[in-house]
Amino acid sequence: MKKNYTKKLVFLLFFVLISFTTFAQTGNISGKVVDESNQPLPGASVVITGTRIGTQTDPNGNYSLTGINYGNVSVTIKFIGYNDLTKKIQLNSAAAILDFKLSLSASNLNEVVVIGYGTTTKKDLTGAVTTVSSKDFTKGQITSPEQLIAGKVAGVQITQGSGEPGSGSNILIRGGASLSATNYPLIVVDGVPLDQGGIAGSPNALGLINPNDIETFTVLKDASATAIYGNRGSNGVIIITTKKGTSGAPQFTFGSNFAYGTVANTTDVLSPEQFRDLVTNAPTSTTVTPALKTKLLGQLGSTNTDWQEQVYDNSVTSDNNFSVSGTYKTLPYRLSLGYLNQDGILRTGNLERSTLGLNLTPSLFKNSLKVTLSVKSSLSKSVFADGAAIGTAATFNPTQPVLSGNTNFGGYFEYLNPQAGAGQNPLVGLAPRNPVSFLDLRNNTSDVNRTIGNITLDYALPFLKELKANVNVGYDIANGKGTVIVPESAGFAFRRFAASNNVQKSGVNNQYKQQRSNFVSDFYLNYLKDLKSIKSRIDVTAGTAYQAFEAKNYSFADFSFDGTKSPNSDPNFAIDIPQNRLFSLYGRVIYTYNDKYTFTGTVRSDASSRINPDDRVGIFPSAAIAYRISEENFLKSSKVLSDLKLRLSYGETGQQDGIGNYSYLPNYSLSTPTAQYQLGNEFIPMFRPAGFNPNLKWESTATTNFGLDYGFLKNRIYGTIDFYYKNTTDLLNNVTQPAGSNFINEFTYNVGSMTNKGVEFMLNTVAVDKADFKINLGFNITYNQNRITNLTLFNDPSYIGNKVGGISGGTGNLVQINAVGTARNTFYVYQQVYNDAGKPLDGVFVDRNLDGQITDKDLYKYKTPDGNVFLGFSSNVTYKNWSGGFTMRSNLNNYVYNNVASSTGTFRNIFNPLEFLSNGSTDILNTGFSGSGDKYFLSDYYVQNASFLRMDNLNVGYNFGKVLKGKANLNINANIQNAFVITNYDGVDPEISGGIDNNFYPRPRTFALGLNLGF
Amino acid sequence: MKNLIIKTGALVVALTLSLSACKDALNLQPLNDVTSEVVYSSPLGYKQALAKVYGSFALTGNAGPTGQADIVGLDEGGNADYLRTFWKAQELSTDEAVIAWGDAGIQDFHNMNWTPDNAFLRGLYFRSLYQVTLVNEFLRESTDAKLSSRGISGTESDKIRANRAEVRFLRAYQYWSLMDLFGNPAFTTEENPIGGPLPKQIGRAELFKYIESELKAIETILPQDRTIAYYGRATKGAAQALLARLYLNATVYTGTAKNNEAVEYAKKVIDAGYTLESNYRKISLNDNTNSPEFIMTINYDGQKSQVFGGTTFLTHAAIGGSMQAGDYGVDFGWGGLRTTKALVNLFPNGANSADRRANFYTNGQSLEIVSLTSFTDGYAVPKFQNKTSTGTPGTNITFVDADFPLFRLPEMHLIYAEATLRGGSGNAATALGYINALRTRAYGNSNGAVSALTLDLILDERARELYWEGHRRTDLNRYGRFVTGTYLWPWKGGVKDGKAVEDYRKVYPIPAADITANPGLIQNNGY
Repeated sequence: MKKNYTKKLVFLLFFVLISFTTFAQTGNISGKVVDESNQPLPGASVVITGTRIGTQTDPNGNYSLTGINYGNVSVTIKFIGYNDLTKKIQLNSAAAILDFKLSLSASNLNEVVVIGYGTTTKKDLTGAVTTVSSKDFTKGQITSPEQLIAGKVAGVQITQGSGEPGSGSNILIRGGASLSATNYPLIVVDGVPLDQGGIAGSPNALGLINPNDIETFTVLKDASATAIYGNRGSNGVIIITTKKGTSGAPQFTFGSNFAYGTVANTTDVLSPEQFRDLVTNAPTSTTVTPALKTKLLGQLGSTNTDWQEQVYDNSVTSDNNFSVSGTYKTLPYRLSLGYLNQDGILRTGNLERSTLGLNLTPSLFKNSLKVTLSVKSSLSKSVFADGAAIGTAATFNPTQPVLSGNTNFGGYFEYLNPQAGAGQNPLVGLAPRNPVSFLDLRNNTSDVNRTIGNITLDYALPFLKELKANVNVGYDIANGKGTVIVPESAGFAFRRFAASNNVQKSGVNNQYKQQRSNFVSDFYLNYLKDLKSIKSRIDVTAGTAYQAFEAKNYSFADFSFDGTKSPNSDPNFAIDIPQNRLFSLYGRVIYTYNDKYTFTGTVRSDASSRINPDDRVGIFPSAAIAYRISEENFLKSSKVLSDLKLRLSYGETGQQDGIGNYSYLPNYSLSTPTAQYQLGNEFIPMFRPAGFNPNLKWESTATTNFGLDYGFLKNRIYGTIDFYYKNTTDLLNNVTQPAGSNFINEFTYNVGSMTNKGVEFMLNTVAVDKADFKINLGFNITYNQNRITNLTLFNDPSYIGNKVGGISGGTGNLVQINAVGTARNTFYVYQQVYNDAGKPLDGVFVDRNLDGQITDKDLYKYKTPDGNVFLGFSSNVTYKNWSGGFTMRSNLNNYVYNNVASSTGTFRNIFNPLEFLSNGSTDILNTGFSGSGDKYFLSDYYVQNASFLRMDNLNVGYNFGKVLKGKANLNINANIQNAFVITNYDGVDPEISGGIDNNFYPRPRTFALGLNLGF
Repeated sequence: MKNLIIKTGALVVALTLSLSACKDALNLQPLNDVTSEVVYSSPLGYKQALAKVYGSFALTGNAGPTGQADIVGLDEGGNADYLRTFWKAQELSTDEAVIAWGDAGIQDFHNMNWTPDNAFLRGLYFRSLYQVTLVNEFLRESTDAKLSSRGISGTESDKIRANRAEVRFLRAYQYWSLMDLFGNPAFTTEENPIGGPLPKQIGRAELFKYIESELKAIETILPQDRTIAYYGRATKGAAQALLARLYLNATVYTGTAKNNEAVEYAKKVIDAGYTLESNYRKISLNDNTNSPEFIMTINYDGQKSQVFGGTTFLTHAAIGGSMQAGDYGVDFGWGGLRTTKALVNLFPNGANSADRRANFYTNGQSLEIVSLTSFTDGYAVPKFQNKTSTGTPGTNITFVDADFPLFRLPEMHLIYAEATLRGGSGNAATALGYINALRTRAYGNSNGAVSALTLDLILDERARELYWEGHRRTDLNRYGRFVTGTYLWPWKGGVKDGKAVEDYRKVYPIPAADITANPGLIQNNGY
């Protein structure tokens, strides 16, 4: 197959070259496109009606079309959010000028909407699809693309993973569809479905795309829309398109942002004074024994150190973007370069990213062949600050200094054991190491480069203009590598191992490396025909897709700083190359009758290499109808109602990402050199059979969607409301294998079912619409209810569910459960008993089953981490040359387990029985918990309501208009990211994916100043 | 139009061809892992598969110390190591050991209110049956038919055939462990291939018969070999020692005593040439390798067999308070395990006993336990150490080299004596001699010799000789003292002075996870 495409590619490039030299007797049309307030409209699409000649306006709203045959020509301008405008001109000179002024149409029904493997128009859309285009993106210092639309789309929750530079986001569409497998949506960038896996040195798959290059996000939510992606469609699909070349002379833009990040919040721990007071006055008890107290009082120092202040610092980010866009002869191009340099607020962390984006979009053979060549490339250099500093800074003894005054351990203060004999380790075992030393002494740097390149040929067949053939071939290749260097002096890497000569070795000198590649090739035919005689339009697509994923994971031995190899650390295999492939056939029919009724039918057949050959093909169908009520005569004339469309869809989609690449095969693997077994007098590596399941298949989700699109007052008020019901069956679940029946005790099986049902409501209004004063308001609200409806192969009334949610503290404590009848990851805890004053009683819980003792049978299902109501508010205001806006989000009824409080806010943590003092959460002042026993960790006291309202972004801008003698356009803006959070939650941030808050890297509050120059 | 049809047709043909090419492209194999055919194509492969069958005793996965766990969904080092979980189930529920930690469910052993969801019991049960599953697979892959079809013959095939008896011992041992702890576990043999019908439950008495018949069958095949070449491997002595233990407890398992058989098999082992190590302390130190009194061991190595369970756990967890970890050959203590005064008081003069088996660390420790979770309450027990008997520390300061004896000669002495007292056909004078041999070693002279034996003395002697080696719960059950009020120790049942608990707690519950997964299983009474 690869060979086939290579030939076609060569063929194509040949034609690209010769096309530049061939010209007919033609003229040019150029002009400017502005909005109602005479502001230029960049990025509007300009097309010669009836042909495929077209372009886009440049940043100043100008366009230029070349090579147009003389005669009557009509030019149509389309721009998302505005009414189409067509003007006719008699072209009989070499150059004509045609200007346009578009009127606002909040919801343009002819707007082109990207759907999988093709496009359609908004009015023909039957699925639940939301498009957000660049003009509605959140403005400000955004380094990861998905943040552009956070809070803007009902049913889509985008939660930034952490405050670390380059950190990705958790994206959840309609609550996801999976329990144990991934809930991450499929992301398709310019036709290349991305590999979800991260790469060593970069946790975020999307983070390597420059947000400034993105033109639109299209979110496909229901099965009518996602079924075309078959066994990857269950969690929704996000299609990203990037900006293409404009027409005419090169247009340059330059943007520069300077951002200042501040530490918005840190963990509330005891101040040095509080700490001294508590340690000195702690009553002796079974936890604080007199001997321990006496010993630990000696560890109270005279310094006052705010360890969190020592590890966090304000950060500086500089983000610069340059782009040039235009058409060279007949070749539209857009080239962009970006350079980002971002410091983390955890000291020493830094991300330096250079990006390159190139789009070439020539049209050949009288525009019958449209070519899109797209390359996105990035080079990231990261310095990772060691996250261990976060937790230890919260708990390190605040009465001890950062530096010890001597040169041991790099000069950093460490807990020393006064009784350690000569030759013994002088450090106190299991005590935390100096938080600052983690940052200063661990040097973890990585280089990741990634290139996504693809070429798409869209060819209108000469013998049948309505039939188009589309070929798309692309690669997504990423290489990551890095090193970890720690000097021998570091306390946290002191005496890590004994070398073969029995000498203790310290420090680290290690490397890591990984490559990923993802090859995609698609071919489809599209037939689009208006059959005016029967008032019908049919749009048929059929095609195939092949995608191959491959990773190359390198393994290395472990070395001390001086390069001594840790004995037996050589990997068995230096390289592993896991692979998986998908081969698919798909088809779609969109039939529209009288512009009033639209039917869409989709089917995809996917074959996955992860599934055993006999069962590997899955069929995913969907059907949908839309009824445009507003086309009925009795409504057509309405001045109030401008659009009303009813949508109904049903479909089935799949999810195969939770299946291991080879989990249907019974394979053996060899153990590592440190896991050999001694038989007699020889050590032998072990051959272990792996657990397997030959019957594994994809998860299957059936989605029913009922939606209404509405528009009032010429669509000044418009939006959608959707009701959905998703039922996922054959959940990919890690289930217990009957003991003795497999080579592992838990394995992935298709067991169980889960539903998500919900309502999404979106409302957009143009509240004020004056020539020089506009206010746009957007509001969305989502309600989602998640329920597990089955979890077992066999009915077992005694089955309580599957415990999940590991926490820090104790070993093996799990604080959540997946159980039938509740939402996933519901907290499963003991019910705390309080005294009359409302103070929780240490270790006293409600004996819920009344058997006279507190055992795990008294655990109960409490709140859930996911929340069920999600709101988004956004607004853009323009007044003369000023503009401003904000984005706010709110989640309600989401709960978080405060693991920082539970693991550090106890006497046992402060008076550690391993004989060192630790600081802890100020929660100890509320509870006075001893921290002994194994139950208190699971108290519902620690599960807190984390509902919040967050101002994600607040921005203001001023357009200076023409500067530099009219040669350039200047825009200056200022914004605040993460401006404020309103919540009752006690921890550092209420928005914790998964609901367990344990040493979270705080999200910074960022103040940014930027300028944009167009010339 | 005709043209169109032809072109479309050509396209369809081209597509169909590429489809079939893609079908093949979907058959992928991993790069480094191999199929069972590859593993069992050579004698070396058999040896490495055999290493896994044995190694699952000692290690928790395919990477040391953690990573690539065999038992998942649990803490690999804490909940899924055989010895660590077996030891907790056998010792923490008794007077011999207490632990300070807050791991989920760990205090339930002291409180004696464990439930079917206890993570340690789940890990132990699944670990035992995991090893059984590995044995079954090895047996299926090593039949004569399979060996000859793979061209393995002569001495190579003889060796593999001999390995079959060894792995059957391991399976019998694990079924003994399951029978003793859980009573009525799921049951599977090489007759139950992976993917076949679900394992059926077996009753305790029936399981007893199966173990007995297996051990008797392999007793004659296994070699009588005490050289280093068979160290850590199943020999004739191991099968006979397990039979002796099985018969001694037959009343508990089946309701019918088998004291004659217990005597017979204990004697077989005693007469096989094992001798007592001269220094008692040495049996739990790094140079215990191939000790003359060891019958069967789990082998550990700080460099090549790394695990957070086993003797690494027994060494680290027992260090805390004012103990200096370096004195025991490790980097630091985990501040967990101590003992109650019930064990200490079995030694005349307690911690300062002339009986050298008393190995208690008392500095800063109180004999009385006020709080189970305070390390300094209760004497520490540095029985297992990462040092040799001459004081040389282990090669790795985290992972301990000392091996763990599953069976050693003194247990056979004690079985002989007890079974004789219980009416077995042993000789009373011989029995007394066996016990005094142990006591003479313990005292270094004849001062500790006793003149007569009683059952109570035997139970106490077992505690003195075998404490912290995973016998205590079995012993207390055999004496009817595990759950009843006839014998109380500090914190038995979660009460400072001890209390009786429900009778059904003599066996542990079948883990709820298996009850759910396997609809053929019935939970033990009471749970």
